[in-house]
Amino acid sequence: MSRYAQMFQRLNGEGAFGAFLMLGDPDLETSATLLDAVVEGGADMIEVGIPFSDPVADGPVIQAAAHRALAAGVRVSDCLELIAGFRQRHPDVPVGILTYANIVVARTGFMRDAAEAGADSLLIADVPALEAERFTRDMEQAGIESVLIAAANTPDATLQRVGKLSKAYTYCVSRVGITGTHAGGEFDASLIQRVKASGAPPAVFGFGISTPEHVRAALDAGAKGVICGSAIVDLVSRRGNVAGFVQSLKAVTRNDSGAE
Amino acid sequence: MRMNGRFGRFGGCYVPEILVPALEQLEAAFLDAQEDPAFVAELNSLLANYAGRPTPLTRCRNLLGNIYLKREDLLHGGAHKTNQVLGQGLLAKRMGKTRLIAETGAGQHGVATAIVGALLGFDTVVYMGAEDVERQQLNVFRMQLMGARVIPVESGGRTLKDAINEALRDWSASFESTHYLLGTAAGPHPFPTVVREFQRIIGREARAQIIEQLGRLPDAVVACVGGGSNAIGLFADFVGDGDVNLIGVEAAGRGLDSDDHGATLLRGSRGILHGAETYVLQDSDGQVTDTWSVSAGLDYPAVGPEHAHLKDSGRAEYVGATDAEALAAFKALAENEGIICAFESAHALAHALKLAERQPESAILVGLSGRGDKDVAQAQGLLA
Repeated sequence: MSRYAQMFQRLNGEGAFGAFLMLGDPDLETSATLLDAVVEGGADMIEVGIPFSDPVADGPVIQAAAHRALAAGVRVSDCLELIAGFRQRHPDVPVGILTYANIVVARTGFMRDAAEAGADSLLIADVPALEAERFTRDMEQAGIESVLIAAANTPDATLQRVGKLSKAYTYCVSRVGITGTHAGGEFDASLIQRVKASGAPPAVFGFGISTPEHVRAALDAGAKGVICGSAIVDLVSRRGNVAGFVQSLKAVTRNDSGAE
Repeated sequence: MRMNGRFGRFGGCYVPEILVPALEQLEAAFLDAQEDPAFVAELNSLLANYAGRPTPLTRCRNLLGNIYLKREDLLHGGAHKTNQVLGQGLLAKRMGKTRLIAETGAGQHGVATAIVGALLGFDTVVYMGAEDVERQQLNVFRMQLMGARVIPVESGGRTLKDAINEALRDWSASFESTHYLLGTAAGPHPFPTVVREFQRIIGREARAQIIEQLGRLPDAVVACVGGGSNAIGLFADFVGDGDVNLIGVEAAGRGLDSDDHGATLLRGSRGILHGAETYVLQDSDGQVTDTWSVSAGLDYPAVGPEHAHLKDSGRAEYVGATDAEALAAFKALAENEGIICAFESAHALAHALKLAERQPESAILVGLSGRGDKDVAQAQGLLA
């Protein structure tokens, strides 16, 4: 059973909390410490960005994090080493990579290297379901699970395809736009229903989560979990208490267990 | 999607899932419009009576060899860009959009978008790298004069690539009301096809004109390539003429072996940027590298995917012209023919002059993609 499947089983209906961090932001050493801090704060799964020079799906907060990492000289191989180190320290916590297509195609054997480092899933922000098959084939071969996006404007036919091609979870986006720019708190229950009906993997809301109220609203809409990105990355840039912040959001999922 | 959006192995539609429905809508509107006589008639009328088509084909009287210039510099707006903004503007109307967004480097495509925004009544926003805003104040004012809002982009290297990133971000949140009027034959499907079809008229006219003037097809067709819209428009109707050499000229900047150039097809490698699989100037990790050219219009780290295919299939040849060679050609055209062309077009002419020296009998068709008014101040500094 995959680490994601084990996690959902272990949580037994309690909402999964995913924390996103940009690898190498602001530097490699701090980044390794932050990965531990979010787990300490109670994150059930972590999502890590491998920085790309032209992140078109990201808003200002995550763009700035990618540029900080690249300015610090962080390479893709450094990111894979950070994942490998995390995997040694935390054998059971699922790790998903979020990055862009050019990073994946530039490195021969990217999927294999990512799987060997201990990553469990890969979401490529600029690969929609329409273009996903050549990537998901490689992922399957390498033993890494595919994550695709389901947005409010994604038609049912595409969701069916998401269901066929993805494994770990379904990254749901309630509203249009890019990361970190949403008025939080509005989560579309009908999207979750459509994802379920299409047979896609468990629905997790990914955009617009920055307060305990958002977490509650997302789970109330029927999601199996949430991923908090920009709010954590913003806190990193201000050297805030990341573990404490994660703890305050994760606490909501415990109180809210049984939202099903 | 109704078409596959590929040119050999290049092209495709590499965008966030959220943008796919907007691109499907554009593809459908484009394909339907092509079949709609009313759309075709309106576009043709605008091209003729507003933009000034057909543009002339001018045989050089004094420059060496046998060089013919396709005069897109004489089009309204001062460059070939106007052809396709009229087409996309009408498509945006057809889709019921009320707002246009565009990216621009030196400002030519921004000015063209502002033109169509004013003409067809759109709320128009142009993203422009902050660095370019500072360098191209006059074009910024031109856009503003025609009612467009210019937003300086502060992220990344603050140039064209970053302006495209920002336009895509805007579009991710605004596609219901907004058409992204992409300025070149690059980006995700269907843009490379849409832009080629609206620029095809350059080559269609030129082919008929040269047959009329010369009595035969040219030996070579030469155009500059940044994103590649004027080149693909000039090449499209000649692709089937196997004996005609198609030559794209990239910006070799300070030299192809320096780090300062924009020669994506000559020095880049396969990658995925701004929605398409194509050639990209990048490091071994896939991070996109900075480019340089004296001409802002050729200063772009990717290239239209159809050019990538024409290169790999061998149907077209791609070469470079340096800043210095382009400037020399710019000066030669002004002195000998009384035409001040854009720095971009001067790259094509620079290569044509090299060809003419080797083969004075060859008939060479050059895409003179734009006029040089925008470059005159810079030329004054460089040539003084």
